[in-house]
Amino acid sequence: MSADVTLDDVWIRFGDFVAAREANIHIEDGEFFSFLGPSGCGKTTLLRAISGFLTPSQGRVLIGGKDMAGIGPNRRPTALIFQNLALFPLMSVWENIAFALEVKGMSKLERRKRADELLDLIALPGQGDKRVSELSGGQKQRVAIARALAAEPDVLLLDEPLSALDLKLRQHMRTELRAIQQRVGITFVYITHDQGEALTMSDNVAVMREGLIEQVADGSTIYDSPETAFVASFVGENNVFQGKVNRLDQSAAVVETPYGEFCARPIQRNNQDQLRVGDDAMVFVRPEAIENAQSDSANRISGEVLQTEFEGNLWQLHVQLPNGGPRITRSSINDGRATKHQVGDRIELGFSETSAIALPTGQLAAE
Amino acid sequence: MGITAFNSSAFPRVTPWECFTVEWFSVLAEDKRLLTGLRNSLFIGLGVVCLSVPLGLAGALMLTQVKERVRPWYYTIVISPILVPGVVLGISTLLFWDRVGVMFGASRDSFFYNGFFLTIIGQSTFIAAYTMLVFISRLQRFETVQEEAALDLGATHWQTFKKILLPFLAPAIASASVLAFLASFENYNTTVFTAISTSTITTVLASKVRYGIDPSISALAVVIVVLTLIGAAVHEILKRREIARSKLAAEVAAGNRLSIGKQTPWYFDPALIMIFLIVVAGVGTTFMAGTMGVEECKVAVKTEKQRATQERIKALRERNQAKRDVEAAQQAQEAEQKREEKEGRTGTENFNSIFNTDNLAPAEDAPETTGEPENDPSRTGTENFNSIFSTDNLAPKDDSEQENGEQDKKDEEAPRTGTENFNNIFDTDNLAPKSD
Ligand SMILES: Nc1ncnc2c1ncn2[C@@H]1O[C@H](COP(=O)(O)OP(=O)(O)O)[C@@H](O)[C@H]1O
Ligand SMILES: [Mg+2]
Repeated sequence: MSADVTLDDVWIRFGDFVAAREANIHIEDGEFFSFLGPSGCGKTTLLRAISGFLTPSQGRVLIGGKDMAGIGPNRRPTALIFQNLALFPLMSVWENIAFALEVKGMSKLERRKRADELLDLIALPGQGDKRVSELSGGQKQRVAIARALAAEPDVLLLDEPLSALDLKLRQHMRTELRAIQQRVGITFVYITHDQGEALTMSDNVAVMREGLIEQVADGSTIYDSPETAFVASFVGENNVFQGKVNRLDQSAAVVETPYGEFCARPIQRNNQDQLRVGDDAMVFVRPEAIENAQSDSANRISGEVLQTEFEGNLWQLHVQLPNGGPRITRSSINDGRATKHQVGDRIELGFSETSAIALPTGQLAAE
Repeated sequence: MGITAFNSSAFPRVTPWECFTVEWFSVLAEDKRLLTGLRNSLFIGLGVVCLSVPLGLAGALMLTQVKERVRPWYYTIVISPILVPGVVLGISTLLFWDRVGVMFGASRDSFFYNGFFLTIIGQSTFIAAYTMLVFISRLQRFETVQEEAALDLGATHWQTFKKILLPFLAPAIASASVLAFLASFENYNTTVFTAISTSTITTVLASKVRYGIDPSISALAVVIVVLTLIGAAVHEILKRREIARSKLAAEVAAGNRLSIGKQTPWYFDPALIMIFLIVVAGVGTTFMAGTMGVEECKVAVKTEKQRATQERIKALRERNQAKRDVEAAQQAQEAEQKREEKEGRTGTENFNSIFNTDNLAPAEDAPETTGEPENDPSRTGTENFNSIFSTDNLAPKDDSEQENGEQDKKDEEAPRTGTENFNNIFDTDNLAPKSD
């Protein structure tokens, strides 16, 4: 079984403080859905409203089409994996996993059998009799997942489950989580502040800022066509140029900046914050979209090389624009053909009209 | 205090040490009043545990539930019984339940006037506050997210309490129980009012102190102290095992070990076995040492005491005589020869006769020495040896200052005469007076 989740104009307030506002989201049945945002933006708060630990100040939470108002967390078809896992330290691994079955009154023999099956699923066979404290971080993580799955939820809610793991393990667990989700086929609602996690695993991502959901879309749309300045700067690296819209049509906007006129693709957000001629605007260019200036480059910039960084597969080049302008980053694949630049070299760069986007000026993500 | 339990002296004291004995333990075991009090105290203690542990737990849980602003007020109110004098609690309990009893028209032998009931209630009023403090400090370390996790997995609130919170609180329940029991066991102020006609260990002890105590009280103290020490040691060992285990678990988690492996069961723990052996050996040797030769020792001490008394009387007499004899002492030089001849006989005679009941009476009966003090110089010698246990004589004698020459002589003679005399005092032959 699996179910869809709908947030219908959900607001959550703590006194005067608004932790979440205007949340309107539909999560499809069987989807891997992520909430992405910097810490403190209200992700956990929304998740707690879905799992039933928090009652929204306003709006409705629907799971499987059913309004969850008045239904406690122990009677919702959700299971939550807590940020700090909250495994039961006084129980053995298998007792942890079988807890949901125990409170249902299943016999010990059956519970043990089911726990062993789940241990196989999370690739920890035969570890059931260990104490939780004997497990490594990644193993605890998987036990927490098994414990939640044992409850046979329709929706699995995960609150930054990988944040405590080291990089290697985190990357491994990403694939593993995705695989588990596809095996069990239930809806996963995943919270993270790590855009890499959100983009690699999710079918859809909601990017949040200060309690507000700024954009909901699949990963590549979020990356290629961010709808707000915040999303553009929070998801992935981006170079920013501030200016004013000079000319505008369906497919192109010309933005006048102190470093020249840039031609970019305007992102039109549904019926709000539309770009207009004369408005303040921002032009975003991904570092990988910047190349050596060619004769046909739509946009050109020149500056002085500040620093070069070698990252194995990539070369990062930091370039200072003249007259106190911004510092921009360019990255190019290390395919052996990249020209070597020395610190202090003057350099001419360019980018195409389609690889740059123009957005209304807005708040950027803090570095 | 504990040492006095092994001294045969009838009053609990360390000095003078008489005989090493365990007889006070058997006196203790036969003290009906004390045993009844002990049994009542145990019963009341259990009652207090059963009442104040749940109350304290409820109070502590309540504290986590009330609103932030109300919390200090709530805390002050529930903690206040600790600050109220126990006497006040006792009297209040008595008066309150008397009122309640009157209200229900209960008879005098209903439980409203029952010492057990009132004492358990009265003590619990403040002991529940102690146990609450224990629970509060444990609850502060509880991660409430565990309760949420249990709820989220479908547990009811009651299941969450039973399967998550209670196991977490188990150590606190144990220590709160011990604390409550001990607080109840040693309580006097409240109990003395609420116990009415029921006797507890503290009320019995109090009345004993008033009407005279013997070292069986020390014996009770020894029993309690030993039990407490054993309990503390066992607790410490079990705690260390737990710490060792969690260290191993951390190593396993870090991948430095494959598994914790089998830990030896606690009853095979070397430290525990060691404690057990020490206790058994200690109790065994104490018992052996305390029962063997006690009677002989006691007889000896008794006679020694009697002798000392006699000596003291004698010394007293002799001092009086000495005053009168200052002139006579000046003739001692001339009588030197005579004294040496007589020395052995007179000395032995005196010591040999000390067990003779005739001699326990004032020394008039000893004519040789005291009958003719004026001219018999042997008096000086006897006086010295017979009175050596008399504290009066430990100070330098007036005589010796006057007679330096005689002092030297006495010093030479002392070893021979002294040894002879003392070696024989336990000789049964010598218990009868020796005829010359
Ligand atoms: N129970 C609460 N009372 C008051 N403020 C809260 C409460 N829970 C969360 N907040 C506030 O709501 C904001 C969002 O918190 P949270 O949802 O935990 O953020 P995150 O996105 O890091 O999970 C934070 O500023 C936090 O301080
Ligand atoms: Mg959070």
